[in-house]
Amino acid sequence: MSDTLTTAPRSAGAPLAPTDATPMLAVRGVKTFYGNIMALKGVDVDVHRGEIVTLIGSNGAGKSTLMMTIFGQPRAREGQILYEGRDITQMPTHEIAHLKIAQSPEGRRIFPRMTVFENLQMGASVDGFAHFEQDLEKVFVLFPRLKERINQRGGTLSGGEQQMLAIGRALMSRPRLLMLDEPSLGLAPLIVKQIFDAIRELNRAEGLTVFLVEQNAFHALKLAHRGYVLVNGLVTLSGEGRELLERPEVRAAYLEGGKH
Amino acid sequence: MAVQLADTAPARAHTPLMAHAFKDAFLAGLVALGLFGPLIGFETIVIDGALGLTYRPMTLAVMVGIIFVGRLILNLTVWSPNRRPRISTGPTVFDRMGTTVGPAVKPALLGLAIFFPLLAVLGLGGLSESRYLIDLGILILTYVMLGWGLNIVVGLAGLLDLGYVAFYAVGAYTYALLATSAPINDFFAGLLGETFWANWAFWICLPMAGLFAGVWGMILGFPVLRLRGDYLAIVTLAFGEIIRLVLINWVDFTGGGAGIASIPRATFFGIPFNASEDGFAALFGIPFDPMHRIIFLYFVILALAMLTAFVTVRLRKLPVGRAWEALREDEIACRSLGINTTNVKLSAFATGAMFGGFAGCFFAVRAGFVSPESFTFDISAMILAIVVLGGMGSQIGVAVAAAVMMGGMEMLRNLGFLTQVFGNDFDPSLYRMLLFGFAMVAIMVWKPRGLVSTRDPTIFLKERKAVSGDHVKEGHG
Repeated sequence: MSDTLTTAPRSAGAPLAPTDATPMLAVRGVKTFYGNIMALKGVDVDVHRGEIVTLIGSNGAGKSTLMMTIFGQPRAREGQILYEGRDITQMPTHEIAHLKIAQSPEGRRIFPRMTVFENLQMGASVDGFAHFEQDLEKVFVLFPRLKERINQRGGTLSGGEQQMLAIGRALMSRPRLLMLDEPSLGLAPLIVKQIFDAIRELNRAEGLTVFLVEQNAFHALKLAHRGYVLVNGLVTLSGEGRELLERPEVRAAYLEGGKH
Repeated sequence: MAVQLADTAPARAHTPLMAHAFKDAFLAGLVALGLFGPLIGFETIVIDGALGLTYRPMTLAVMVGIIFVGRLILNLTVWSPNRRPRISTGPTVFDRMGTTVGPAVKPALLGLAIFFPLLAVLGLGGLSESRYLIDLGILILTYVMLGWGLNIVVGLAGLLDLGYVAFYAVGAYTYALLATSAPINDFFAGLLGETFWANWAFWICLPMAGLFAGVWGMILGFPVLRLRGDYLAIVTLAFGEIIRLVLINWVDFTGGGAGIASIPRATFFGIPFNASEDGFAALFGIPFDPMHRIIFLYFVILALAMLTAFVTVRLRKLPVGRAWEALREDEIACRSLGINTTNVKLSAFATGAMFGGFAGCFFAVRAGFVSPESFTFDISAMILAIVVLGGMGSQIGVAVAAAVMMGGMEMLRNLGFLTQVFGNDFDPSLYRMLLFGFAMVAIMVWKPRGLVSTRDPTIFLKERKAVSGDHVKEGHG
């Protein structure tokens, strides 16, 4: 916290600088409790249009809690969450989804007994199926594997395919902000690379804003424009992705096996 | 090394197998002797006002013998180390019934259901002779319908409902109370003729029964919105009991434990089934027979059951039906995808309850008498068993399970031949539930995901493929 890097205007080398001042998603002093235990102790995070922002931290730091708090389950007890200037702190979860924020939650949470096709269909329900065919084609281009598995039950897919399905399902609603919770969890390095490439491609080609929660700090920071480091429910460090990657404390804590 | 081991193992096992099996069976027999000795070997009787003992060595020997032989057979067959474990060989007959053979099986079953009364009458050679079979058909179809209704709540939406009988009761009492109400009868008597209400009550009350039951489904749904699994089951169980207790205790309104009798019978869309000049038989120029009404009732419940199936199949393809299934899978994911889980749950409860209400209304018109005795927890348990055994979410499985369970229960009434084996003191009907329980355990052992464990996708690309349930958790068809 004391060591926060400046979030000053980006240097010339930064990719895709945000164009406007109001962030797309602004988390302001959010405190979340599980019973009496404070999981988030006043977190501030900004995500600007067109950015990939990553939140890294170790187990139990509160990364997923922040992600879920933005979606209103659990609710923030203090602080504010603003989406395009609108306060969504108390909004019901399903209405938040209707604001074109899509989420691929922790543990993927695909529908295991429904087919891949049906899973993708569920993702499109926010959108009212207006662009279903087009969006389906887009997801298939991004993850050709899903097309091969289209009539298979979600639960019979491999971990990597399930992750692709979770991301694909989130994309079916044509989101403006995509939130991903640990897409690399439990996946082979090659699959992780595929998935991160897909995220980069979505951002580059369509300008999709991505908020990425990751434990795999190295990959996440390399991919992201900006990053936040969460420790015990507090943001201790923030800055540009590559910059954070060079920081000795980040290297020590997250990249070199926890050596100090 | 490893190869050698594998080669020698069966050879080593071959000869000692017999010895081992006998030793094990002998030990089991010994344990049985120890256990059954005091339990079965002795019997206390009253001799001259004092307790005395008699001995039953023969019964004891038979019981121990059964254990010994049974254990021996099991050791040599099922538990034999030489027995190759059977590896799952793809979909079973029942699985295929759901999809691949489905196109043929479903119309065949439907055809059988439609022509069943005709077959029964022709086969047994007369209207009145076929009464028993057609009554059984009505009973089975009632449970098919109830199973399909509960299937929406339990199988599709994944909400465990142990109080489904409450909606059945609401439907039945809706019809019973409205049809026997004197003010309503008088109102219509002045307006549309003396017999109007008696003749039309069923057809007017049928949609109302469904509506009321659906409203009660919502009323139950609201307080349990946040509950799932065991907790939901307890609350719904309590709800079922509350309805029954209210029916018993609110004597002024419901007639209490005595129930409501002489409820107007079903009519052929306003034409009564009686021997009068305006009756069904006279109007159609056929000799009067009370069986006309029974056969008509059969077709009414068949139509109601088909309506349930049709609506369920249609709803599954609509967003709300898919949302039910998604809700069963993962509630949090549903919300994140923008689905209002409150509405989805309430709609599942209401739709399921509505069909329960229709079935209840039918029950009241068929029996002509309702009392709280007909709406005990047993009925809920039976319907739930039908849904689980049939394979949750599977229409055809539920229908087959209902036929097997209700038909089987009836057949077990006819165990008279057992008295010839066990002597005249033996009461076979006492063993009905025991055999029934065994059958249920057997199904769950061999088909843990229900009779039909495949699931028809609601949408597919190019080819419709059966989605086998073998890779999902047990009890999740």
